[in-house]
Amino acid sequence: MCEDRKLIDVFSNFKGEKGELIPVLQAVQDEFGYLPNDTMAKIAKFTGASESNVFGVASFYAQFRLTPTGKNKINVCRGTACHVRGAPQILEEVERHLGIKEGDSTPDLEYSLETVACIGCCALAPVITINDEVFGKLSLKDVAKVLPKMEAA
Amino acid sequence: MRTLFVCQGTGCVSSKSPEIQVALEKLIEEANLEDIKVKLTGCHGFCQQGPIIIIEPEGIFYGLVGVDDVAEIVESHLINGKQVERLFYKEPVTGKAIPKYEDIPFYSKQERIVLKNCGTINSEDIEDYIEVDGYKAMEKALEDMIPDEVIEEVKASGLRGRGGAGFPTGLKWQFCRDAKGDQKYLICNADEGDPGAFMDRSILEATPHSVIEGMVIAGYAFGATKGYIYVRAEYPLAIKRLKIAIDQARERGYLGENILDSGHDFDLILFEGAGAFVCGEETALMASIEGKRGMPRPRPPYPAVSGLFGKPTTINNVKSLSLISPIILKGAEWFASIGTEKSKGTAVFALTGNISNSGLIEVPMGTTLREIIYGIGGGILDGKQFKAVQSGGPSGGCLPASHLDTPVDYENMAAVGSIMGSGGMVVMDEDTCMVDVARYFLDFTQKESCGECGPCRLGTKQMLDILTDITEGKGKPTDIDLLLELSDAIKTGSLCALGQTAPNPVLTTIRYFREEYEAHIKEGRCPALVCKELIDYKIDAEKCVGCHLCFNNCPVDAITGDVRGPHVIEMEKCIKCGMCLEVCPENFSAVDKISKGIEQEAAQ
Repeated sequence: MCEDRKLIDVFSNFKGEKGELIPVLQAVQDEFGYLPNDTMAKIAKFTGASESNVFGVASFYAQFRLTPTGKNKINVCRGTACHVRGAPQILEEVERHLGIKEGDSTPDLEYSLETVACIGCCALAPVITINDEVFGKLSLKDVAKVLPKMEAA
Repeated sequence: MRTLFVCQGTGCVSSKSPEIQVALEKLIEEANLEDIKVKLTGCHGFCQQGPIIIIEPEGIFYGLVGVDDVAEIVESHLINGKQVERLFYKEPVTGKAIPKYEDIPFYSKQERIVLKNCGTINSEDIEDYIEVDGYKAMEKALEDMIPDEVIEEVKASGLRGRGGAGFPTGLKWQFCRDAKGDQKYLICNADEGDPGAFMDRSILEATPHSVIEGMVIAGYAFGATKGYIYVRAEYPLAIKRLKIAIDQARERGYLGENILDSGHDFDLILFEGAGAFVCGEETALMASIEGKRGMPRPRPPYPAVSGLFGKPTTINNVKSLSLISPIILKGAEWFASIGTEKSKGTAVFALTGNISNSGLIEVPMGTTLREIIYGIGGGILDGKQFKAVQSGGPSGGCLPASHLDTPVDYENMAAVGSIMGSGGMVVMDEDTCMVDVARYFLDFTQKESCGECGPCRLGTKQMLDILTDITEGKGKPTDIDLLLELSDAIKTGSLCALGQTAPNPVLTTIRYFREEYEAHIKEGRCPALVCKELIDYKIDAEKCVGCHLCFNNCPVDAITGDVRGPHVIEMEKCIKCGMCLEVCPENFSAVDKISKGIEQEAAQ
């Protein structure tokens, strides 16, 4: 069970209207890091949407996570500028380095690896972000240099 | 009085510009320098040179500034009055240093209206915006004009929607004004989803008040009292600055009830989009605000009649709204004097890719692609050859060198098979495979298809599979025709612009780069040496001096060879990651990419 207290606190910032479903889901994810299964029914009850609708919305948008993600989030930018400056090779190198594929987390939930359509620092292409810190103008060799930084974190 | 403007757009922030600002402030305080202000700004535009510091009133431009450079700027420039030449922009060809930003070709060839205050005012301070005539247009509209006059002015300016479709903004407002309803809504579409595009975000980060002011005027013009700004949750800095700006505008009474005693009420809600490309489509965007899955619905009824929560609604792009204040202040005639016959005003682009000067630019409509890419963009990176320019993101097209003299406006871009789009412009060099680029965009649209229409949901998947086959050397001779047929079906059978335009990158690459498709299909060859399945890496035994760098860096131990002896790649082990090519020192350049199978053929 997720902590009910926390959920009630999150709900207290909203009126409980159907139109608030997406902001409510965002707030719940902010609190728990993902959308725990047992929060779905409670969100449905609170907003007056059906459970299937809540799940439908949660699974539709890229922002929402239905499973826990790693402590350290690594995002490889796949924007067009990054793509033409070698992002596919960078992604493969990161995957090799972490031993996981795009969209997965390491079994110890230390790291999760995702791609993002564009973070908009195109002048720095190719770019990856590690916990919101941006590393740009990366070469293949740089990948190993920037990734171990996380272990200290 | 001197002001140091430290750019804090997302690009410069990524290169540690906030630390630069902190260091500057600290040293200035320690040196007891008076009459010097340090201000953060939004994107100044020349992202390639970031982090950027502008010093006014001199107009000095320091680029690629590091935290280590701060002491010298303070000591030399601020205390001793000697400018720091090594931080000046250098002309790439002649190496000539250019101290003032207005003399740098990247800036001097632009005409900035939307971007006028980007990078020259503090984006988190309403006073700075007011100082540059901010909210004057709102005063003028609300105090001296009746709503119909505002609409007429916007109509007369010839402004067309900057989201990409180019529908006349004034007409859109007129429809909404004429619609019956007790409540009307205005939505600012800041769901900028095209990969390689950051215009709207930069504007929101740099001059959020210009968007808010435009929205208040628009609301007044067609009778909306409530507005939404739908902005991507992936834009945390834009959201932060918008929140600050909305609070400041409310405090001053520029948002809320009875604005400037005009009787006009208008307030704003910031809605964070949850990451779905299709929500850039207006009916999907509205569904999203209503708390539903972002799926488009058929039009009519158009949003102007039945939009958000069933009420009359107008949806405008960030740039369109930013242009309202200058149009009201300077007049329709002035705006209409810029641009071409049917496309008035300026166009904003995020210029990126294999180009020397990546950044945010604004030019009059009708400027040629050549002028943008070579005049402002400084040409192709590393002296490579130009191959294509992609505009309009996943909905747009790739144009070859033969179309570089195309004037950029709605009509001319459409005539050559591309689109103006919202403003992403990605330049590609000779090392880009156009089939791979088409595959890249289809991969994107296929993932982002909302699934509502069969032709889009299934068709994009089929196209992606075919393109993947071609890039892997498994293409069939009939594939090109099949792609064209599928494109036609998806375009005609899809409800919204996502599906209707998804085939564009494929259609334009087939139209202009058909021989590349044919090389992949008929010869199993990728001419740009990009597609992994069709290339090999090879070490030239004559050039290799045995420095062992590739040996040490190969992640799969596929390289053999002794120090000082020539090295060899074992093909069976090689995963083609490209590491050996990257680490081989430039003066040896012993590693090459070659078409797969060339060696065997040569041996036979």
